[in-house]
Amino acid sequence: MDSLVAQYSRPMHAEEGQTYEDQQELSQMTPELSLKFALPPVASSASWLRAMTDDYSNPNCPIKIAHGTTTLAFRFKGGIIVATDSRATAGNWIASQTVKKVIEINNCLLGTMAGGAADCQYWLAFLGMQCRLHELRHKRRISVAAASKILANLVYSYKGMGLSMGTMCAGVTPQEGPALYYIDSDGTRLAGNLFCVGSGQTFAYGVLDASYKYDLSDEEALELGRRSILAATHRDAYSGGFINLYHVKEDGWVKHGFSDTNPIFWKTKLEKGEFSNVTADLV
Amino acid sequence: MSSEWPDTLAAAPGQYAACGRGEEHGLGVHWEVLLGITGKDFTIIAASKAAMRGATVLKASDDKTRALNSHSLMAFSGEAGDTVQFAEFIQANIQLYSMRNSMELSPSATANFVRGELASALRSRRPYTVNLLLGGYDEIADKPTLYWIDYLASLAPVPYAAHGYAQYYCLSLLDKHHHPDIDFAQGMKILRMCSEELKRRLPIDFKGLMVKIITKDGIREEEYADDQNVAVP
Repeated sequence: MDSLVAQYSRPMHAEEGQTYEDQQELSQMTPELSLKFALPPVASSASWLRAMTDDYSNPNCPIKIAHGTTTLAFRFKGGIIVATDSRATAGNWIASQTVKKVIEINNCLLGTMAGGAADCQYWLAFLGMQCRLHELRHKRRISVAAASKILANLVYSYKGMGLSMGTMCAGVTPQEGPALYYIDSDGTRLAGNLFCVGSGQTFAYGVLDASYKYDLSDEEALELGRRSILAATHRDAYSGGFINLYHVKEDGWVKHGFSDTNPIFWKTKLEKGEFSNVTADLV
Repeated sequence: MSSEWPDTLAAAPGQYAACGRGEEHGLGVHWEVLLGITGKDFTIIAASKAAMRGATVLKASDDKTRALNSHSLMAFSGEAGDTVQFAEFIQANIQLYSMRNSMELSPSATANFVRGELASALRSRRPYTVNLLLGGYDEIADKPTLYWIDYLASLAPVPYAAHGYAQYYCLSLLDKHHHPDIDFAQGMKILRMCSEELKRRLPIDFKGLMVKIITKDGIREEEYADDQNVAVP
């Protein structure tokens, strides 16, 4: 009997150890997110990338990065409004009119994307993953401050290497209440009440600042967010497509549609008499 | 035509002389604010009061406008030197026209004349780098007018207009709040919204606006207070 038991039982933890080879392999594996990258075989990769992608100084540059956007978010009495357009452009080319520039990190946290499309998409998805891991490790949802700081520290570690992103993190947590942060690829991280980011930011600020109050009702705030994006899609060639609207409340965000700008523009013009410079008259 | 009068008053001496100086597109150019708003029976022209050269404000009460005749006013921004030179050259020629013909040129005729002069200068050895707004009141049609002209001699009749970085902040705002039949009080209210937005968001202090009004009674300057503080939300 004892011999039988001995045959079928093994010492505890026997299989948990690793062989010498396994350990060697693990210790020599590059840990994820180390600073060892496969860089292009040129002397100064950052300036090389800049030379290859800067279509402002060189219209014939070989790599056209998808740029140009309008995104906005503002805090008010009823929570936070987040609104974006949906156009992606590569140089003068409209690459897409149906881009999702709001990433739903969890049911209380939203991120917006402006700048390089690939950079934003990848790193905000990465942020989403880190936020989920935080949730699993600590058994509670991450704060907006912490989430935004993960992203800010991450982009700061890549500073000068050509990342291009302007993002906002908006969310409501029990610790902070409604919180809004602006993070860009320079490493800037700012908390605030109102931000517009992207090539159409000034146009959105123009409309938003004029009518913004903290005491806006939910309907007024949603309409103001929508109208500000509409203003930017009208005046900024690199913004357009659809208006993506979100309202972040205490019990999570609510999506208020992904709606085509064109009918909204004509409705605004014809019903409210705005955009009076747009006429059919020839001069 | 009698020979007493020259065909047109000559442009500034040396205008067509070879000039070695490169075009200076100073940083200050785009920070100058020009705004124009028309309404039911008036045109408002507003221009920033700062005269900037490099990192210095040389004057905080600069008048960037010239009256061309009793019912048209030209506001200008752009290359230092070119601006006033061009504006006064135009002013003199418009006044010459009035003296010769005992009548005033209509705002649309004035605008087309200005555009023509700017266009021919553009094709000369040294063009005028000047952006313009031409506010007027057409006494025959009994309507206020506003013309937008840029340094490439594009001419557009518009209900509201801006030049420089002010365009980026004010046009979206005017798109929303301007209506063609607004009265003067509403016009000034919209102008206040524009100037507050510029004070809030432009990184450079443009030292407030000088505001002039053109109506059927002529041109007048409007008192425009610049003492309120604007907070960035």
